[in-house]
Amino acid sequence: MNTTLLTQSVAAQTETHQAVREASGLFSGTWLLIALPLLGAALLLLGGRRLDRTGHLVGCATVIASFVVAAVLFVAMLGEGSGERAFLIPLWEWFNAGGYEVEISLLLDQLSMAFVLLITGVGSLIHVYSIGYMEHDERRRRFFGYLNLFVAAMLLLVLASDFLVLFIGWEGVGLASYLLIGFWQHKPSAAVAAKKAFVVNRVGDMGMVLAVASMLVVFGSSSYAVVFAGTENAPVGWLNAIGLFLLLAACGKSAQFPLQSWLLDAMEGPTPVSALIHAATMVTAGVYLIVRSAAIFDLAPEARTAVVVVGAVTLLMGAIIGCAKDDIKKALAGSTMSQIGYMMLAAGLGPAGYAFAIFHLITHGFFKANLFLGAGSVMHGMNDEVDMRRFGALRAAMPVTFATFAIGYLAIIGIPPFAGFFSKDQIIEAAFAEGLVVGLCALLGAGITAFYMTRVMLMTFLGSKRWAEEAHPHESPRVMTWPLIALGALSVVGGAGLLYLGGGIVDWLEPVTGEEHHDLPVPLAVLMTSTLITVLAGAAVAWLLYGRRPVPEVAPRGNPLTVAARRDLYGDAVNEGLFMRPGQYLTRSLVYAESRGVDGTIVGAAKAVGGLSTRWRRWQTGFVRSYALTMLAGAGLVVIAMLLVRLP
Amino acid sequence: MTFPWLTTLIAVPALGAVLTALVPAGRGRLAKQSALAFALLTLGVAVAVIAQFEIGGDRYQLGEQYTWIDALGIHWALGIDGIGAALVGLAAVATPIVALAMWPEADAERRDPKPFFALLLASEALILTAFLAKDLLLFYVVFEAMLIPLYFMIGMYGGPQRRYAALKFLLYNIFGGLVMLAAVIGVYVQSIDAGAPSFLLMDLMALDISANAQRWLFLGFMLAFAIKAPLWPFHTWLPDAAAEATPSNAAFLSGVADKVGTFGMIALAVPLFPVAAQDFAPVIVVLAVVSIVYGALLAIGQTDIKRLIGYVSISHFGFIVLGIFVLTGRGATGATFYMVNHGLATIALFVIAGFMIARRQSRMIADYGGIQKPAPKLAGAFLIAGLSGLALPPLATFLSEFLVIAATFEQYRAAGVIATVGIVLAALYVLWLYQRTMTGPVPEENAGTRDLGRRETMVVAPLLALILAIGVFPRTVVDVIDDGVAPTLAEVDVESPPPVVSVTDLVVEGNDH
Amino acid sequence: MNPTSYLVLATILFTLGSGGVLLRRNALVAFMSVELMLNAANLAFVAFARMHGALDGQIVAFFVMIIAAAEVVIGLAIIVMIFRTRRSASVDDASLLKL
Repeated sequence: MNTTLLTQSVAAQTETHQAVREASGLFSGTWLLIALPLLGAALLLLGGRRLDRTGHLVGCATVIASFVVAAVLFVAMLGEGSGERAFLIPLWEWFNAGGYEVEISLLLDQLSMAFVLLITGVGSLIHVYSIGYMEHDERRRRFFGYLNLFVAAMLLLVLASDFLVLFIGWEGVGLASYLLIGFWQHKPSAAVAAKKAFVVNRVGDMGMVLAVASMLVVFGSSSYAVVFAGTENAPVGWLNAIGLFLLLAACGKSAQFPLQSWLLDAMEGPTPVSALIHAATMVTAGVYLIVRSAAIFDLAPEARTAVVVVGAVTLLMGAIIGCAKDDIKKALAGSTMSQIGYMMLAAGLGPAGYAFAIFHLITHGFFKANLFLGAGSVMHGMNDEVDMRRFGALRAAMPVTFATFAIGYLAIIGIPPFAGFFSKDQIIEAAFAEGLVVGLCALLGAGITAFYMTRVMLMTFLGSKRWAEEAHPHESPRVMTWPLIALGALSVVGGAGLLYLGGGIVDWLEPVTGEEHHDLPVPLAVLMTSTLITVLAGAAVAWLLYGRRPVPEVAPRGNPLTVAARRDLYGDAVNEGLFMRPGQYLTRSLVYAESRGVDGTIVGAAKAVGGLSTRWRRWQTGFVRSYALTMLAGAGLVVIAMLLVRLP
Repeated sequence: MTFPWLTTLIAVPALGAVLTALVPAGRGRLAKQSALAFALLTLGVAVAVIAQFEIGGDRYQLGEQYTWIDALGIHWALGIDGIGAALVGLAAVATPIVALAMWPEADAERRDPKPFFALLLASEALILTAFLAKDLLLFYVVFEAMLIPLYFMIGMYGGPQRRYAALKFLLYNIFGGLVMLAAVIGVYVQSIDAGAPSFLLMDLMALDISANAQRWLFLGFMLAFAIKAPLWPFHTWLPDAAAEATPSNAAFLSGVADKVGTFGMIALAVPLFPVAAQDFAPVIVVLAVVSIVYGALLAIGQTDIKRLIGYVSISHFGFIVLGIFVLTGRGATGATFYMVNHGLATIALFVIAGFMIARRQSRMIADYGGIQKPAPKLAGAFLIAGLSGLALPPLATFLSEFLVIAATFEQYRAAGVIATVGIVLAALYVLWLYQRTMTGPVPEENAGTRDLGRRETMVVAPLLALILAIGVFPRTVVDVIDDGVAPTLAEVDVESPPPVVSVTDLVVEGNDH
Repeated sequence: MNPTSYLVLATILFTLGSGGVLLRRNALVAFMSVELMLNAANLAFVAFARMHGALDGQIVAFFVMIIAAAEVVIGLAIIVMIFRTRRSASVDDASLLKL
């Protein structure tokens, strides 16, 4: 049976999900979204040196064109009825092996639309910014090629309509991330960080592969339509297993505990990469995966609990790590982990949280990209210095960067009316509705966020000058500040706009994720106030520690918690102790066992045969008469034997 | 009478081998050109043959059958099925690429290059015959005969230990081959007992062999194929051969020639002895999983590039054998598809490693570093080849590896889970190799490394393009393989369990409302 | 005459011949001893043919004679060649054909 037809007929009967229609008209052009950046990547990577001078323009143009397509599609989608906004765009049949059929087709619905706009929108801004940031890099063309490749893969990830096709995008973004983290390959640290990111992600991919394999066992297919339609009849044990496998995958891609260790090292990449891939889009793919698989998680309570636990643990871990880092990018990376922890937590709450997870994901995309680009702008002006202890008082030297960074700061710690206030508050509310412990974790996280972000702000832009002697801080060129201003504006209005404009994001996503409202144990006003108080308290503590006192240029030893946080809460130490060292020992001993044991046995057998023949060949003396004697003796023996046999 | 396409397919490289061997000594260039021309001609014939293959047609198509030794029922019998078609395609594509890659290597050797090219074509002819033979004795004869050219190819060209490696290769394979000979005779005796002496595969597959006899015969066949493939613990000849042979020869050896082993498993051992295959499947699955993990771990521990790639092959052969012996259509299709993809990926890896070795004159990983800067194209090609080795979608290897893992998970949960560990280890050995050779600061002696030249690009580009194209549009290839796998596994009594939740039921149910 | 006597004679001849092969170093003498053994065997064949009244033994004797003749031709040639190259007809000197 044709998968497309099957998809439609299955989707048509399931009540929880909206019907998926075969795309026609404008929507059948959805493939352009992916094709444009992919074309850009192909041109830039295969085009050779001819494109060195114009490459960045090609790179930007294709992504902006993709954004325009996305905008057109969005407007067209607004024109459709609320429950009729899902379109299937079949492209070609991928394969059919032993009854397992996969079609390459795209699914454009409200959820993927939100992601497409985020990816192409923020992606375009960061592309433009990179023109300035990478201006003096001789491999800029290649940089843009990789960025385009990333955008194409990420779009495939969110537009896929089959888990196996999603996996193509999933690995594609992983590859782009690998290439971009290691972009400055001549630095061994960058090359190591790139490899580490890929390998840790592969551990997550094990989960993905096993999840799809389980889907094959349970549903006989990996297409969304079939899988989601079948969940109601599937055994809960299997759903939990699939859910946990998907969670493992999400942990890898989104740097969640216990696979969080790669993200901090990933800051070796150029800063626009950190902004686009390791803050705004790719690392949120895990959240997308879980929200997309809502139909599975809705019926898999244990898996959902695991998601909540992972989210809560990571949100605290990331925040604590963020507090102790002196490298501005690593502090922001810890913050990214923590914020994605929030999203995971929300996604683990089920229909009550899915929409808020996506909401926070989008606002986070705005303000975190803003913060990272701001950090990049600072580095650009400070000879690529990243140590915040060498910054200070940059407010005057970089007014635009300071202003936009401050907006991002206010947004992330959740001061009304900036974007983060709305999205984080919704998650904290939902968390309290789920349970007190979860709620308190989320609340505590908000306080720590305020602390470390205030710390970053104070150490970078305020206080005294602690610059290196040769530093001459200056504002970045316009091509870099305009994207900052755009993202700053989005960080201001993005929250309220998305929450309230035209029904808001919750209504927009409702047909995909479902909706559920839980009653709060405490009045809303009390909760909001206590959240704000926690945030202000966190900021105040930071001000006491870093604003009122001069910041030492060399980091003090600090208490045990600070030391632990500086070392990423011993995540690397644990990996090293549990996997790396035993693994190295294992490979070494296996190499030894191979040469001595497996090969040794066989070579030994060959040697034994050889030794035996050396001994036996001594009988061949070359003396004819001794041979004759042997023959005679042999003949004699034969005769004797015959006589003996005949005797009785 | 129809045109004997398959005999032509074998005759062209065989003739090429003879003509190349007749090129006067000292005219190395002419020998190379003649070998390349005949390899390309073979590719043309192979394309013509595969184009005539009809999905859903007879099991063996384009069949030819001439009596060879009447008294013993031995025939020159050829035919092509989906599995054979896929592998014929691989061999035909690989040979000209290997010939072209060997071109500069041959000049670096102090020997006359002519014998290598003649032997290459000779082994191509024998390998093609193995993929097409529909007579067990014919298969056996070429299975053993291909050791001769391969032995000389390893022993005459390559590293300082090449004689040792060649002898090891030969002894291992002859040992397996002789045990198999006993089993071949055993099968023939079974056909005599049944009253119809024959070596034709179709006749032998129709035999009703007792379970006990099947077990012994199966073991005889499997030993030979497990050595050839190679499967842990019969693998130790491969790293030596891979390290000592010239890179393009190593590519040909593990990319093409070894496929005869896995081909034998799926096309002979399983359909001839279905009961025994089922009995031994769990054991072989365990060995295959051990191969996957063991090969990967040893690859991580290597210091010699070519040895490393040799162990990577062992790990990948583990996947192939695993796919075959889960004995479901999905697994076998995945495994056969894997054979093709592994061939392409391994050839790419070996050949590019060869380019590096030709520049630096060292096989030791520690001697490299920072190559990416002076030679970005070389590094890029190496990375793509490596990524296909670690099965990154949408490169072709991904799909085959996924099908194998999914099919295994379906039948043996634990084995499926352990096999996925292979994908993590694959990332480690490939990317660590890339990191150590291509990235980091450029040492002085590597600063002048040349980038890919024209001929080198001509070798690598078609391989990588093919890997990508098959990955994005695998449908035709998978359909052809699927068509061959279905009858092959027909006798084996293993079915994929139906999905726990059948969606087709849902649809029917839904329509009732 | 009692045919058993022929057998005894054949045995004596064979023993003499084998003793010669084993004990003498000179290739020509050893060669002659081999001929003696062959003829002993021939005698035994003919004697048995007579005893059993069948012709088989005589036929085999003819075969042996022909083979002996052929062997003489080749053997003598080899011995002459060895003598030419080594200036010696001792069989113990020609002991190089070994592993």
